[in-house]
Amino acid sequence: MARRVGRISPFNITALALGMAFLYLPIVILVIYSFNASRLVTVWGGWSLRWYHEFFNDRAMLDAAWMSLRVAAVSATIATLLGTLAAVGLARGERFRGRTLFSGMLYAPLVMPEVISGLSLLLLFVALNAERGFWTVTIAHTTLTMCFVTVVVQSRLASLDRSLEEAAMDLGCDPVQAFIRVTVPLILPAIAAGWMLAFTLSLDDVVIASFTTGPGSATLPIRIYSEVRLGVKPEINAICTMVIALIAVLIVIASLASKLSGAEVKSAAPL
Amino acid sequence: MSTRRIFAQPARYAAIAPYLWMVLFFLVPFAFVLKISLSQTAIAQPPYVPVFDFSEGWTAINAAFAQLSFDNFRLLISDSLYISSYLRSVIVAVTSTLILLLIGYPIAYGMARLPQRWQAIAMMLVIVPFWTSFLIRIYAWINILQHDGLLNKILLALHLVSSPVVWLSTDSAMYLGIVYSYLPFMILPLYATLSKMDASLLEAASDLGSSPLQAFWLVTFPLSLPGVGAGALLCFIPIIGEFVIPDLLAGSGSMMIGQTLWLEFFTNKDWPVAAAAAVALLVLLVPPLLLYDRLQRRTLEGSR
Repeated sequence: MARRVGRISPFNITALALGMAFLYLPIVILVIYSFNASRLVTVWGGWSLRWYHEFFNDRAMLDAAWMSLRVAAVSATIATLLGTLAAVGLARGERFRGRTLFSGMLYAPLVMPEVISGLSLLLLFVALNAERGFWTVTIAHTTLTMCFVTVVVQSRLASLDRSLEEAAMDLGCDPVQAFIRVTVPLILPAIAAGWMLAFTLSLDDVVIASFTTGPGSATLPIRIYSEVRLGVKPEINAICTMVIALIAVLIVIASLASKLSGAEVKSAAPL
Repeated sequence: MSTRRIFAQPARYAAIAPYLWMVLFFLVPFAFVLKISLSQTAIAQPPYVPVFDFSEGWTAINAAFAQLSFDNFRLLISDSLYISSYLRSVIVAVTSTLILLLIGYPIAYGMARLPQRWQAIAMMLVIVPFWTSFLIRIYAWINILQHDGLLNKILLALHLVSSPVVWLSTDSAMYLGIVYSYLPFMILPLYATLSKMDASLLEAASDLGSSPLQAFWLVTFPLSLPGVGAGALLCFIPIIGEFVIPDLLAGSGSMMIGQTLWLEFFTNKDWPVAAAAAVALLVLLVPPLLLYDRLQRRTLEGSR
């Protein structure tokens, strides 16, 4: 490969700087305003934790947050299990009956409009006469997020050197042992990244949750969404900041974990 | 060779559980959407007349087929509300994709020109917003765009406008929200093709006497077309079915198809029409999806 000539024009730098500012400024502004003491969202009244305090006294919001965290944790865990299995099947199973259908079903939800996924799952739940609430939302989120887990884990499996698995089997491991002892440790960063991606996607979803939840079990995004439709409230700034902080902590943990688990793992990032 | 085969067998068994899950919770629900889109609206809970009732056996199924009705689809075609929301979805998706290309290309190009170690950091910076909640990012813009928000304050302070501008509930706010949310989806595939490009091609072009601009237009841009196509489709497809962004940022005037579906379902409680709208939306998505699939396959073959 030819060496790249490192020529960066002022134009390139300007485009990059403006692009990054565009991506990050709104979030930074949101975080700053969450510490605003004033009730008017746009008037700066000095630093304060007032809105955080407000949130922790808001029973309905707390319930919704707790519901969301539970749904995200449970659905991300099931999705990671199923998604990893699916990735193994696709990356190592070579050919099997219905493989095209299988990969199609796993890729379609990535671009499927949420209104369709939500509506179709709700119709299924109604037909099954399932009581809507925690479990229906969890199942819906699992279905959506396991596809993302599959993509992340599968791309890691594809780049993995198969001779390691073969060596383990030459040394007497059966395929399952070889998988658990050799493959799993090597793809662990991707599995962790997949879990986090599933967790954050679940924590973020409004549309599918709106369709599949029942009365009295709104998730945090549903509540935020209905508040936002009525206008900006400083308390929402505080909640959003806490969600951002939670996700930032998870990203840091995941990148540390991938560093600790082996220097040769280049990227645990999705996409 | 043979060890690979041995590995393949248990790996196939691994696929069984996720396979069943996806059939039950992804494929079967579509059958229900299709079925209910063909049934009659009823004022009941659930608000539709069931098409199949298997408890009665074969005769009931036959009778059910006789009952199927295309009324909901006929309504979609005859009512201008639906036609205009389809059109609006397509227009919004095309326009946003073009804006995304115009903004995303220079950024991806700049990233590809950075020194190696900086490229990884820039890539992280583009991916991280994708992780932070999408609803929160839209909300952040509502903060800025509202009547007495930061944007109007800055504009007033700079004397660019004499009175606050209405930003929220306008199409410009909606486009801004869409571009902001989908920018990473545009940048990443563009960056992937641009960073793989051989720099000696550009050197050759300049040796042969072309200006940097000519070299870009005649060499770089044509070679980056697969990335342009992938990025454009990755944005276009989900934007067509977008609901939250137009609902929060655009005015109440004209709706996108996702909003119409939502309205029929939650407000009008007309499940059969909502299901028919979902089927029609899916049909709308098939051509770009096939195109994307073909593009991906060609890129894979090209890299071999």
